[in-house]
Amino acid sequence: MAKGKITIDREKCKGCELCVSVCPKQCIAISTGLNDKGYYPAEFSQGEEGDCCTACTLCALTCPDIAIEVYRG
Amino acid sequence: MKKVFEAPKSLKDNLFHYCPGCGHSIIHRLVAEVIDELGIQERTIGVPPAGCAVLAYNYFDVDTGEAPHGRALAVATGIKRVLADHVVFTYQGDGDIAAIGTAESIHAANRGEKVTAIFVNNGTYGMTGGQMAPTTLPGMGSTTTPGGRDVVRDGAPLDLTQMLAEAKGSVFLERVSVATPKGIRKAKKAIKKAFQVQLDGLGFALVEVLSPCPTNWKMDPVAAYEWTDKEMTKIFPVKVIKDITGYDKD
Amino acid sequence: MGEAAVRAGCRYYFGYPITPQNEVPEYMSGRLLQVGGTFVQAESELASVNMVIGAAMAGARVMTSSSSPGVSLMQEGISYLAGLELPAVIANVVRGGPGLGNIAPAQSDYFQATRGGGHGDYRTIVLAPASCQELCDLTFKAFDLADKYRNPVMIMGDGMMGQMMEPVEFPELIDPADLPAKDWTITGAKDRPSRVILSLLLNPKVLEDHNFKLVRKYDAVTREETDWEEYMLEDARQVVVAYGTAARIAKGAIKRVREMGLKVGLLRPKTLWPFPDKPLKELTRVVRQLLVFEMSAGQMVEDVRLAVEGQAQVHLYGRPGGVIPTPDEVAHQISHYYYQAGLMDKDQPSGRLGGAA
Repeated sequence: MAKGKITIDREKCKGCELCVSVCPKQCIAISTGLNDKGYYPAEFSQGEEGDCCTACTLCALTCPDIAIEVYRG
Repeated sequence: MKKVFEAPKSLKDNLFHYCPGCGHSIIHRLVAEVIDELGIQERTIGVPPAGCAVLAYNYFDVDTGEAPHGRALAVATGIKRVLADHVVFTYQGDGDIAAIGTAESIHAANRGEKVTAIFVNNGTYGMTGGQMAPTTLPGMGSTTTPGGRDVVRDGAPLDLTQMLAEAKGSVFLERVSVATPKGIRKAKKAIKKAFQVQLDGLGFALVEVLSPCPTNWKMDPVAAYEWTDKEMTKIFPVKVIKDITGYDKD
Repeated sequence: MGEAAVRAGCRYYFGYPITPQNEVPEYMSGRLLQVGGTFVQAESELASVNMVIGAAMAGARVMTSSSSPGVSLMQEGISYLAGLELPAVIANVVRGGPGLGNIAPAQSDYFQATRGGGHGDYRTIVLAPASCQELCDLTFKAFDLADKYRNPVMIMGDGMMGQMMEPVEFPELIDPADLPAKDWTITGAKDRPSRVILSLLLNPKVLEDHNFKLVRKYDAVTREETDWEEYMLEDARQVVVAYGTAARIAKGAIKRVREMGLKVGLLRPKTLWPFPDKPLKELTRVVRQLLVFEMSAGQMVEDVRLAVEGQAQVHLYGRPGGVIPTPDEVAHQISHYYYQAGLMDKDQPSGRLGGAA
């Protein structure tokens, strides 16, 4: 069971990849589809075992556009 | 699952106009989080600069008054002198506070104006397209320093925050960075302390925040954050520059 | 001027030393303490006007004063006050210019004041007192005008007035708390949405609309606030146009020439902007000879020419540099143009006041 999860607002994200670089578990990758503004937004995945995210909030802390919300528990 | 991270109340729900990876919007969020946590949204007045953050009033959900470029701390002085029981902060870029606004900054600090200054140091004039700023590092490129900043030709970077330590009215000056999550947490603590200094009426408080500017540094965001953390801190070390608040004694 | 400001409910003054107006900050530094106000001596006139901007944003009646070079440093701020639609009173005790000039009385900042030394389409209401009593009355009125129109108002005095002593009757002291509330200030978003006071309007159409809104305001000011004094115009064949200290000297000159039978009067603008062009145009139905007397190389003369639209001859007697002509010198000019235009009665001796200037 995953300890946490995040949601990424596809339209707010500008594809800066900072969240990808800070996530200690590499649960975030850049999607191949464009958002309305023409950015490749970040995408979250819980990985094969489905429990990648530990809700450490590093991604949300460093996201310049508050595109990420974090859930724990 | 419980939500443990979301946008602060004191930020309007507008899309940021800032470039991908810009540090400004992180700093906006930190300031707004501090305003929420101190419960002062209804009596806080912001003074945005002329610069990339001139549109800060689209984001801070507090009363704001626009100052001419460089004059935010003089405008803030006027506001605070009238509304002594309100919380007044300026949000300024490096050109705004450390080039054109140097005199206003030094004298606001020297008078001990009970305001809080947020000084965003991104080593460039962002809005106008990347010209040399007072904090542009030696060798650093800009649209007005061919071949990179040449200290003999263009002068060396200016450490305004250090200079303000000499002003007797300054009580708390700290330089932080948003280049890493750890740095962001420290930055928020410093900003909160700077606002607390104002709430306690101790005197002038300023937090200088090293902030990446991928677009004008011509780097991708991740590299820009790396560079801020590794290179900028060599010239502008992240540290407490002055703290006579007496907070940490107890 | 300072006392009048305090009587008008002004409790905030930001300024910087410059002769010949140091008496204003000096007075305010003490007086404001007596009424619970705040005086800040800023690091420059530039900082002063920006502190005025802040105080005005917070809803206070606020003032600054300076003299010519200092007022030049305030021009950007005055443009912002107009663009931000903020009320403020700025006094300019004019001295000889340009450059460092000197500290003697002059009127050479007329263009800067009435045309605006800052950027953009804006106007500053400019009041020109000619006595200490008027200095008091117009300063007092300036705060009402500033609030009424949410615009900067300038008191245009000069070095003479700055150092002059005359008896003055002061109006009652106003308590700022009794002033009408302002619903546009930034005093913290309590029980209302947050507010911003700004002049940055990136969309040209929006800025154009804002400019036309300001134009409508200035038209209203022109309609309602234009003010001037008429002195001995009833039978005048020649009219002197002068304001402030120059107008006082002109009155002395007119008394002299009247004693010699010359029918001369004075039209004295009390508002330099809005300029009293209509009464001047009105005059040209009867009077074809105007003599503009200014303590400058001639600036208001252009507004006079614009006003009369070619319907009268407009001569200029301009004395820049802080020189204060005597009434006799002015009388000499008056009679010169009076006789040159053949205005004397047929049976009047043609004894002129000495040779031409």
